Amino acid sequence: MKNILVLLGVAICVLGFAVPAKASGGAEHIEHAGVNTRDVAAAQRGAKWFINYCFSCHSAKYMRYKRLSEDLDLSEEMVMQNLVFSDAKIGETMEIAMQPGQAELWLGTLPPDLSLIARSRGVDWLYSYLKNFYQDEKGGWNNLNLPNAAMPHVLWQLQGIQEPVYTTQGGVQTVDHLVLAQPGLQSPEEYEKTVRDLVTFLDYLSEPAKLKRKNLGIWVMLFLTVFAGLTYALKVEYWRDVR
Amino acid sequence: MGQPASVLAKKAGEFMNWIDERLPVTSFYNEHLAKYYAPKNFNFWYYMGSLALLALVIQIVTGIFLTMHYKPSADQAFASVEYIMRDVEWGWLIRYMHSTGASLFFIVVYLHMFRALLYGSHRKPRELLWVLGVLIYLALMAEAFMGYVLPWGQMSYWGAQVIINLFGAIPSIGEPLTEWIRGDYFLSDATLNRFFALHVIAIPLALLVLVVLHLAALHQTGSNNPDGIEIKKLKGQDGVPLDGIPFHPYYTVKDIFGVAVFLLIMAFIIFFWPEAGGLFLEHDNFVPADPMVTPTHIKPVWYFTPFYAILKAVPDKLMGVMLMGASVVILFFVPWLDRSPVKSIRYRAMQYKVTLGLFSVAFVRLGMLGMAEGTPAQTWEMRIWTFVYFAFFILLFFLSPRERTKPVPERVTH
Repeated sequence: MKNILVLLGVAICVLGFAVPAKASGGAEHIEHAGVNTRDVAAAQRGAKWFINYCFSCHSAKYMRYKRLSEDLDLSEEMVMQNLVFSDAKIGETMEIAMQPGQAELWLGTLPPDLSLIARSRGVDWLYSYLKNFYQDEKGGWNNLNLPNAAMPHVLWQLQGIQEPVYTTQGGVQTVDHLVLAQPGLQSPEEYEKTVRDLVTFLDYLSEPAKLKRKNLGIWVMLFLTVFAGLTYALKVEYWRDVR
Repeated sequence: MGQPASVLAKKAGEFMNWIDERLPVTSFYNEHLAKYYAPKNFNFWYYMGSLALLALVIQIVTGIFLTMHYKPSADQAFASVEYIMRDVEWGWLIRYMHSTGASLFFIVVYLHMFRALLYGSHRKPRELLWVLGVLIYLALMAEAFMGYVLPWGQMSYWGAQVIINLFGAIPSIGEPLTEWIRGDYFLSDATLNRFFALHVIAIPLALLVLVVLHLAALHQTGSNNPDGIEIKKLKGQDGVPLDGIPFHPYYTVKDIFGVAVFLLIMAFIIFFWPEAGGLFLEHDNFVPADPMVTPTHIKPVWYFTPFYAILKAVPDKLMGVMLMGASVVILFFVPWLDRSPVKSIRYRAMQYKVTLGLFSVAFVRLGMLGMAEGTPAQTWEMRIWTFVYFAFFILLFFLSPRERTKPVPERVTH
């Protein structure tokens, strides 16, 4: 018994301390996204934002349209009418028309595929990133979470334009926070909801099996708990004759 | 007229005789299960052996299904893993079983090895049992390393790059050796292809042979136990050890309970926490391998980080590689480094309890530091724990012969 307690102690220490850093990017200015994987309505709205604002430059090449319709409770007609603007068929993956060579020529860099972005960056980072674009003194777009990001603020019409408030510590000037200099089409609350919906969709996109996995997991855990109870009873019964 | 049941029993007996004359089924069953006597005082730590075997089986079975859909090519590997995760029926489950199984395999094996240090299970006459176990551990490290390269994500690529380049530190043959391992001037499709071959057939085959030998050695000497007493010394008139019970059914039913708890933990991770916060599946590995972009922070998977920390603790590359190698190789010599008059920690002096405790803390702490960013303060801490890690073995050799031990009982305790 003592051994088991020691073991548990070590396990807790290991898990408690070991929080490996997510992929590169400013660790500051990260907000909790509050994404609810089970919120299918949010993922549906997010899919719409994704198609309208992200999908012209970013592909989701591991995702099939058909899977979207199955998981997000959308009929195939709805997907074809509202989400597919190319001549893609329902069973195909979400590729974009722009070729990598063209992208580098037009945008200077290749926009990454977003199929797995929520798994590599994490939902909190994405949520913060999409909220933390600002216009610097030179009039260009910048981002608190990814300084000198190549991507412009695609959602600026919705959010409006933010400007930085600087703070100087030890002679180094850093951005303290952002203020809304020019309101957008959405109020800050509406924009937060938009970004949360979009990130909910990206989270789903990164692992479509997530919903099913959690639902199934409950039953597997229940079965194994009963199984463990039965095997324990069996063990006790057999071990009665061991002095 | 005989009863139908007894006729049937007679027929069954005749059938078994027919088999036994041709294949030693009954004698094998008796020798290794029904009349194989194990000490009756096994505790928590003794679940790990059977669980390691279970983990191996899980890895092999899930691995077979993964190879049906995985493509070992630099162009297609990453996409084929996502294909498994999204388009293959139950592919995500098989993949998570394999990725979770790998980490749990290491947890179980580390606890299994620690058990040997607790109760002196490596001591005479079980030295070869231990040596075979360390060989299994080495094969497992190679297996896990190559398996981690297969998804061809950024951490697969750059982790492999760092590890293979370690061989480059060896004087004169270093560079050609790394090229020979990679099969190319840089980590490429050729490397991925050969790692696939080694991961799915060569090393698993070696692992299976080693596991059979490990079990053969175990059944030759019989199991040690938490008291470190040889139960074969005291036998009843029937020749059965007084403190022994037949492995089957007593330990089979007990181990099945262990299996149930293990599967419960495994299922929780698979269904609710498959990335384990980035420990089992690293965030950077969801980005496809890109030879042109070096990740800011390269680190191996958690089960290698204690050794990685020892490597990083040394400023000189060659010395670091040698020290890291020594930290694993020294395990082979533990049966001869430990010269205490008793086996089990229960009857050993406080000095062993303290040094083993510090050694465990050093191992865990090195593991945590090995995955950290590596600030100067962390590097110094790594050096301290590296010192503690090696000091354990050195102190063991010099202090154990004159250890003030407690009297060991004749019979096992409860």
